[in-house]
Amino acid sequence: MKILVPIAKVPDTTSKITFTENNTKFNPDGVTFIMNPTDEWYALVRAIELKEKQGGEVVVIHVGRADSEQVIRKALAIGADKAVRVDADPTDAYFVASQIAAHAKAENYDLIITGKETIDYNSFEVGGMVAELLDLPAVSLVQKLDVENGVANMKRDIEGGTETVEVKLPLVVGAQKDLAEARIPNMKGIMAARTKPLTVSPAVDADKLTTIISYAVPQKAKECKYVSPDNVAELVKLLHEEAKVI
Amino acid sequence: MAVLSFVEVADGKIKKASVEAAYYGSKVAEGLGTDSLALVLGTISADELATLGQVGIKKVLHANDARFNNFDSKLYTKAIAEAANNAGANVVVLSFSNNGKLLAPRLSVRLKAGYVPGAVELPAFNGNAAVVKKNVFSGKASAQYQVSTEKKVISVNPNSLSPVRNTNTAAVEAFTATVTDADITTTVKSVDKITGTIPLSEAEIVVSAGRGLKGPENWGMIEELAREMGAATACSRPVADVDWRPHHEHVGQTGLTIRPNLYIAIGISGAIQHLAGVNGSKVIVVINTDAEAPFFKAADYGIVGDAFQVVPKLIEEYKKFKAAH
Ligand SMILES: Cc1cc2nc3c(=O)[nH]c(=O)nc-3n(C[C@H](O)[C@H](O)[C@H](O)COP(=O)(O)OP(=O)(O)OC[C@H]3O[C@@H](n4cnc5c(N)ncnc54)[C@H](O)[C@@H]3O)c2cc1C
Ligand SMILES: Nc1ncnc2c1ncn2[C@@H]1O[C@H](COP(=O)(O)O)[C@@H](O)[C@H]1O
Repeated sequence: MKILVPIAKVPDTTSKITFTENNTKFNPDGVTFIMNPTDEWYALVRAIELKEKQGGEVVVIHVGRADSEQVIRKALAIGADKAVRVDADPTDAYFVASQIAAHAKAENYDLIITGKETIDYNSFEVGGMVAELLDLPAVSLVQKLDVENGVANMKRDIEGGTETVEVKLPLVVGAQKDLAEARIPNMKGIMAARTKPLTVSPAVDADKLTTIISYAVPQKAKECKYVSPDNVAELVKLLHEEAKVI
Repeated sequence: MAVLSFVEVADGKIKKASVEAAYYGSKVAEGLGTDSLALVLGTISADELATLGQVGIKKVLHANDARFNNFDSKLYTKAIAEAANNAGANVVVLSFSNNGKLLAPRLSVRLKAGYVPGAVELPAFNGNAAVVKKNVFSGKASAQYQVSTEKKVISVNPNSLSPVRNTNTAAVEAFTATVTDADITTTVKSVDKITGTIPLSEAEIVVSAGRGLKGPENWGMIEELAREMGAATACSRPVADVDWRPHHEHVGQTGLTIRPNLYIAIGISGAIQHLAGVNGSKVIVVINTDAEAPFFKAADYGIVGDAFQVVPKLIEEYKKFKAAH
């Protein structure tokens, strides 16, 4: 089975988020970048597990600049066989999806497993766009994935429950928690990653359909109003009369 | 020109999040001086469809075809795109729901339309360009997305706006999507609904608890409070990790993102990864023994106290309140 895992690079969750140039640019100074957690913990590990069971190959693809190398090497250390980096700034989801689709078109993957969303722009875009560009079926928010006889059996989240579905390969899967147990790269993996192939390719032409024109950091207008533990009735009163939520 | 809102159905009823999307679509149509249409796929009564008029939909296109009763992103995308093209829709609005999160990007590609995922406000139009606000960096900031393509797709973050209802009814018109059985890619094997409780993603009030509760045997009072308040229950991640609570209750960066009107956090420290899933809540109440717990910084109301004393009192006081109102 040939599996493609698109991986994104995002600011570590504990990073302080600031902006420059009159709040029009994200400020990367002092920010530690990591592999998008859903991609690393779930999409990539499940892809590797499927390969370990059924044979085949796991390829990771990343749209980004040379400073993403560490993130890509980590994916190789965890167990991906090879990596492709499309050398471009990942500024717009349609642009990123077009790069991934262009690569996938030539390679005939059985499965493409993305993360459900990145933790920076939280947009759930790239997977669905890749699927549509390749005219493939897609299932997102997948927490269980097995493949047998060319059919993927998946459990996905629906509002208020889960749904078990079957789809014939090839398809695009959006991974979320519970799909796999995160793996920590070991010494052997880290050594092996140094010599695994990492191809850098130029971007294909693609439109950018959206632009971010400004950012804002919410002003902390709220001040916590404290209520004494001996006067819980006061809290109920405030929620009713002041906050008007009950 | 028209604005087309895609409306989802669950168990024969219009989903709450889709009512919000339809309201959003109507508001956009009003702003653009154009028609507000909705598209509904699958089996549902005409009476239920007509209620979309209450949130400003003039006409509902209804594909009354049982093949749509199961969600299939490829099949749905084809049908929605066809309806959008037929109606000459220049804006398509969906809910940023589990299904919408997959449909909207597919539609964006199919219609060559710029897409804004998870809008939290109505768009501002500047000539042909729309500027739409969405939350980014797990709620630590917001961004204004500009879309200049002729067609636009917007998905609406649930609980971002409260629909104002009128007494109108929408006209319902049959819509036949040119899909064939060959377009069906997904077979639904089974559905597991968590019964007896309010789905967390739809709840207006959420009672949530964390490691401060010490053990799973202490959740009785949390469930009782939730039951009294008509609330859903949620929890922090470590609590789900050790199986004190089911995983579908876990909120935060790696769990669900929710935006209820009221979020009551009991015995939860308020780590940034937890806040990421709940800081869009309208009002946050924090109950914690530690006055220094970071959650108080994100709270509207706080009680520094022991959950085991405060929660039973809260149940009692809420019961009194309910009896009096
Ligand atoms: C990459 C990453 C992703 C993560 N994703 C998530 C996520 O999605 N969701 C999530 O929740 N966490 C997530 N976490 C974990 C997060 O960092 C915190 O560890 C977690 O939220 C803490 O859970 P807690 O508040 O229940 O427990 P604790 O931090 O142990 O806090 C317990 C709190 O209870 C209070 N307390 C104790 N006794 C009482 C009492 N009797 N009455 C009242 N209060 C009491 C304490 O003062 C304390 O504040 C993530 C972590 C990482 C690194
Ligand atoms: N720059 C990128 N390069 C490769 N894959 C990406 C990139 N950005 C996003 N993805 C993939 O698309 C998924 C969804 O991201 P998003 O649509 O941005 O929320 C991520 O979890 C990744 O699997």
